[in-house]
Amino acid sequence: MGRYVARRLLQMIPVFIGSTLLVFSMMYALPGDPVRALAGEQAVDPVQIAAMKKELGLDLPLWHQYLNYLTGLFQGDFGTQIATQRPVAEEIARAFPITIRLALFAFVFTTVVGIAMGVFAGLKADMLRDRTLLLITLLLISVPSFVLGFLAQVFFAHQLGWVDPNVSPEAAWDELVLPAVVLGSLSLAYVARLTRTSVAENLRADYMRTAVAKGLPRRRIIGVHLLRNSMIPVVTFLGTDIGTLMGGAVVTEGIFNVQGVGNAVFQALRHREGSTVVGIVTLIVIVYLVASLLVDLLYAVLDPRIRYA
Amino acid sequence: MITIDKKTDVPAPRGAEDSGGSLLEVRDLHVEFHTRDGVAKAVNGVNYSVNAGETLAVLGESGSGKSVTAQAIMGILDMPPGRIPKGEILFRGEDMLKMSYEERRNIRGRKIAMIFQDALSSLNPVLSVGYQLGEMFRVHEGMSKKQAKAKSIELMDKVKIPAAAARVNDYPHQFSGGMRQRIMIAMALALEPDLIIADEPTTALDVTVQAQVMDLLADLQREYNMGLILITHDLGVVADVADKIAVMYAGRIVEQSPIHELYKRPAHPYTRGLLDSIPRLDQKGQELFAIKGLPPNLLHVPAGCAFNPRCPKAQDVCRTDFPALVPVTEQDGTELPGRRSACHFWKETIHG
Repeated sequence: MGRYVARRLLQMIPVFIGSTLLVFSMMYALPGDPVRALAGEQAVDPVQIAAMKKELGLDLPLWHQYLNYLTGLFQGDFGTQIATQRPVAEEIARAFPITIRLALFAFVFTTVVGIAMGVFAGLKADMLRDRTLLLITLLLISVPSFVLGFLAQVFFAHQLGWVDPNVSPEAAWDELVLPAVVLGSLSLAYVARLTRTSVAENLRADYMRTAVAKGLPRRRIIGVHLLRNSMIPVVTFLGTDIGTLMGGAVVTEGIFNVQGVGNAVFQALRHREGSTVVGIVTLIVIVYLVASLLVDLLYAVLDPRIRYA
Repeated sequence: MITIDKKTDVPAPRGAEDSGGSLLEVRDLHVEFHTRDGVAKAVNGVNYSVNAGETLAVLGESGSGKSVTAQAIMGILDMPPGRIPKGEILFRGEDMLKMSYEERRNIRGRKIAMIFQDALSSLNPVLSVGYQLGEMFRVHEGMSKKQAKAKSIELMDKVKIPAAAARVNDYPHQFSGGMRQRIMIAMALALEPDLIIADEPTTALDVTVQAQVMDLLADLQREYNMGLILITHDLGVVADVADKIAVMYAGRIVEQSPIHELYKRPAHPYTRGLLDSIPRLDQKGQELFAIKGLPPNLLHVPAGCAFNPRCPKAQDVCRTDFPALVPVTEQDGTELPGRRSACHFWKETIHG
C-alpha cells in the first residue's frame, strides 16, 4: 500500500512536467504577445517593445523560457503578471479557494442527489420513475452547460428574482448554489445513470437472493448488501469528476461572473499571460491527479478483491 | 394448531410438537412466469412433505421446476415475473403464502434456511465472511458485533474450516470452493433452523470435495434433527443421504419413492432413463446411455404426458391423456408405502 502510494506520487512528476510543457508551448504558439496586448490599440515603438520583451525574457527561445519558468517554480515563484505587475501566486491564492468551494459544492450536489436519484430509479428498473429519470438525464446530458446556465440565470435571477444574476467577489456559499447546480448538472446525470444501472444489475445478483433468504430486513438488504456493491463504479467516476468540475467551472464562472479560477484563466488568456495560465492549469492537473489517487485508494476499501502492492 | 411465535429466540425443541403433521408440506403448488413470449408454467401442481430429521431429495433436469419450488418455499421468487396462482405451502401447519412479508421474513433464515449452488456468487463479495455469518445473529437475535463475531468463529469451526479465528475477517474470494460452500452451510445453520433447503449444494465442486460437503451436511442434519430438502440432478449424490425422493419433470412430480426402492425398481420411464444414465464401472468402454431429446419448453408443454416425446414406451394414450400421480402397488395389489408414479404404464415399468 505504502509503496503503491509512493509509486503513484512519483508518477505525478512526469505528468506534471508534461502538462506544464504542453500548456507552455501552446501559450507560446498563440498569436500575439503580452507586451503588445498591454499597449492595446495604440501604436508603440517596436524598439520599445523589443526592449521590454528582452527585460521580461520573452525574446529567449521556447526551451529557455520554459526552463526559466520551471526554475522559478521550484523556488516557489509562480512568476509575475505583466499587465498588473502582481505576483501570479497572489492571483491563484485569491481565485482558487472560490473555485474549490464552487467545485466542492457542485460535487456534493452531484454525489448526494445523483446517487439518491439513481437508487430510486434502479430499484424499480423500467418502471415509470426509471423512465422519467432516463429522460431527465438525457436532457441534462444533451443541453450544453452554458445554455443551462443562461436559462437558469434568466429564470431564477431575472424572472423570479430569487438570486442575484452575478455572484459577488466574495462568493458566499448561498450565492454559489445556482452556479454549483448548473456546474454539477452534467455530472449529476452521469452519476444518476451509473448508479441506476449498477443498482438494477446488482439487484439480480445471487448474493442479493442470499440476503433475502437470510431473512434480513429490506433496509439492510439494500443499504448494506446492494449499495456497497453498486457504489464501486460510481466512485470511480466521481474521482475523475472532481477534476472535470474544476475545469468545467471556466464556463459556469463566466456566466455567473464568479471571480474564480475559470475567470482568472480567461482573463489571462486574453492578455496572453503565459505564467498565469500555466500556473493555474498545473494546479488543476495536480488536483485531478490527487483526487484520482484518493479514489483508487478508496476503491480498495470498497472492494476487498482489489489489492495494491 | 401450532403457531409461530415470533419472540422465541431459541428454536423450539424439534420432534416433540410436530407429531401431528409434517414439518413442511407443499400442496398443489403452481408457479408461473409471465414473460414476453407467454406464460411459462414452471411448477404445475407439486405435492411433497418433509418431516423433522428427514431428507427429501428432489431430482430433475434443469428447468424441471425443482429450484423454483424451493424458491417459492423460501419466498425468494422474483415476483413479478413470477406468480403463484394456486397452492399452499404449510410450515408447521400454517400456510406461508398467506403470511405477511414480516412474518415470512421471520421464518426465513431462522426457521427455514437455504444453501445455494454457487457459493462464490451467492456470498457478498465485498463483505467479510465473519460479517455475513454474524449478520444472522445481529439481525435475528440482536447480538452485538463482538458476540456475533465470536459466534461466527464457532460456526466456522463447526463446519470444519481450519484456522477459523484467523480467517473470520477474510473475504469470500480468499477461500477455496469447498470452503466457501462450508461457509454457506454455516450461514444456513447459524440459527439452527428446522428445515434446510440445499439447492444443488455440490454442483459447483469437484468430486472429492462433493463427498466431504455432503457428509458434513448429513452429519449436521442428524445432529440437529433438521428436515432437509436436497435438490439435485445427480442421482449419485443422493443415494447415501436421502430418505425419500421425488423426481420432477416439466414442473410436475413424476415419481415419488423411498430412496432405495427407487434405485431397485423405478416406476417411471424417466426415472429409469436417469438411472441408466449413471456411468457404471462394469460397462467401461461402452457408449454412455442418454435420454434422447431435450426437456420441454415450459411455454409449450406437450399434451398428455410431458415426457411422451422422449419416452421409449410412449403409446397413443400418452400423447392425449395426462397421467395422474397414482399409488404404486405390488403385482398382487399390496400397496408400496410412499410410492407413486405418474405414468400410464407404471405397472409394466416396475414389474415388466
